[in-house]
Amino acid sequence: MENVFKNMLEVSVAGLRMKNPLMLASGILDMSRELMERLNDAGAIVTKSVGIEERHGYKNPTVYELPCGLLNSMGLPNPGVDAFIEELKNAKIDVVVGSIFGGDAEEFALVAERIALYVDAIEMNMSCPHAKKLGAEFPDDEIEEAVKAVKSRVKKPVFVKLGMENLISRATEAVNGGADALVAINTIKAMAINIEFGVPVLSNKFGGYSGKGIKPIGVRCVYELSTNFDIPVIGVGGIENGEDVIEYMMAGASAVQIGTALMKNINIFSELADNISVWLEEHGYDDINEIVGMALKK
Amino acid sequence: MKICRVEDTITHNEIHKTIFFDCYINAKPGQFIMIWLPGIDEIPMSLSHIGSNAGITVKIVGDATKALYDLNVGDKIGIRGPYGNGYEIAGKKALFVSGGIGIASLLPLIKMYKGEKKVILAGRNEKMILFADEISKIAEVEIATDDGSIGFKGFATELMEKIVDEEKFDIVYTCGPEKMMRKVLDMCIKNRIKMQASLERYMKCGIGICGSCGIGKYLVCRDGPVFNDLLLKEIPEFGAFTRLPSGRKIRI
Repeated sequence: MENVFKNMLEVSVAGLRMKNPLMLASGILDMSRELMERLNDAGAIVTKSVGIEERHGYKNPTVYELPCGLLNSMGLPNPGVDAFIEELKNAKIDVVVGSIFGGDAEEFALVAERIALYVDAIEMNMSCPHAKKLGAEFPDDEIEEAVKAVKSRVKKPVFVKLGMENLISRATEAVNGGADALVAINTIKAMAINIEFGVPVLSNKFGGYSGKGIKPIGVRCVYELSTNFDIPVIGVGGIENGEDVIEYMMAGASAVQIGTALMKNINIFSELADNISVWLEEHGYDDINEIVGMALKK
Repeated sequence: MKICRVEDTITHNEIHKTIFFDCYINAKPGQFIMIWLPGIDEIPMSLSHIGSNAGITVKIVGDATKALYDLNVGDKIGIRGPYGNGYEIAGKKALFVSGGIGIASLLPLIKMYKGEKKVILAGRNEKMILFADEISKIAEVEIATDDGSIGFKGFATELMEKIVDEEKFDIVYTCGPEKMMRKVLDMCIKNRIKMQASLERYMKCGIGICGSCGIGKYLVCRDGPVFNDLLLKEIPEFGAFTRLPSGRKIRI
């Protein structure tokens, strides 16, 4: 369906133009071409994080539903960058961002180089909270080098996805490395124990907490990043409706990512785009970019 | 997550067992649950029995199903669900085509189906044919075995071909190996019979968010596990490809 308000929702993040600011967050329904195409009403699709080699991820249970969100510990399952590229070839997706992970700067650069031809931008996963030596466990003092390595090998915009922990110091590294935009936040390291068995529910014991419950933390992180750095920020965490998107954008986000909410509503991108357009009209705005960072000035 | 205890078990043979729980599970035929065995795994299982006497019928295929088979009365397990869409009851005369453990998913539907019904139970040999006595009390049963130890000697689809040549059905319900179900679909298209099939894929979340069970643009956990002929004939992966836990696509 053509969105009649599409012009007022169009955004551009580090040169990446999107029909609306609503991006699919990495790791959600983005393992296959057909599923990504089904979600093409999003402004952009961020792929499942891929690495050099195939990983099956952790054993189940890998996902656990909680009243205000979701706990997961997938363990970065992915078919490896070369197999994943097959899913991207000839995919009918308007804008696709390739999420990548690596154990060091060179590995990041290698994956980036291989996927670059099939994506419009790169997102470096520096924040998955449950994979050993990857994501959030990627050392602070190697982030700058890794971002530089990726930047030197690909011509596309490079985003760095950060978690809430050590946010400003890790963001500083990313910015020094030449990141084109920052993405925050990832899931928050968390745990659930089943009291009848007296054991952690997730096979990996620790997981990442996402969904409604983490939204105020995400908004705070986006606000801090927008205050401290001059590059665009993409907000993620607990977005379920149009008001959540507007809140993130007022905190400084140029675009947002949505993940956990897809569980309840697979048509969320179209519905939110319509709701946001109505809200903007009702409040006298012609363009969504007018509200970006509004709360920072107050 | 609900914690349930094993209330009773039926050992069918050295690889098949039915396990009843002390929990009430209100589900539609064809829906599934995620069963958690702490320290071992969490796997999707069709409910072979629903309501107050809820239960599953398991075939040993790996560690988790072996652990399920080995459960004793009184043992605890974790249950999430029921999930998925389940079968749609349609028509006045149905043919049920079960391959092996596929009967676990079809059994509650056969019981609930009000119209005329015929059931093909297929397996390797006589010992692998499950629930034949129970089903023969409520439906006409035809058996097919690979070795001919009971009933028709040959595959379920070969027996089905003979049956649909002679008799008309409004709908075919099938569950079993995917290559068998693909042949059932092709036969249904040829004979202009509606059909529904219950599919299986490697599953992680069970709630439509991780994408592990994707087939074409659909999710087996949420859009399925039951798909009808109209959807299935638009999915080239059906009967041809599946995905590993890593997401890598492989031939079936």
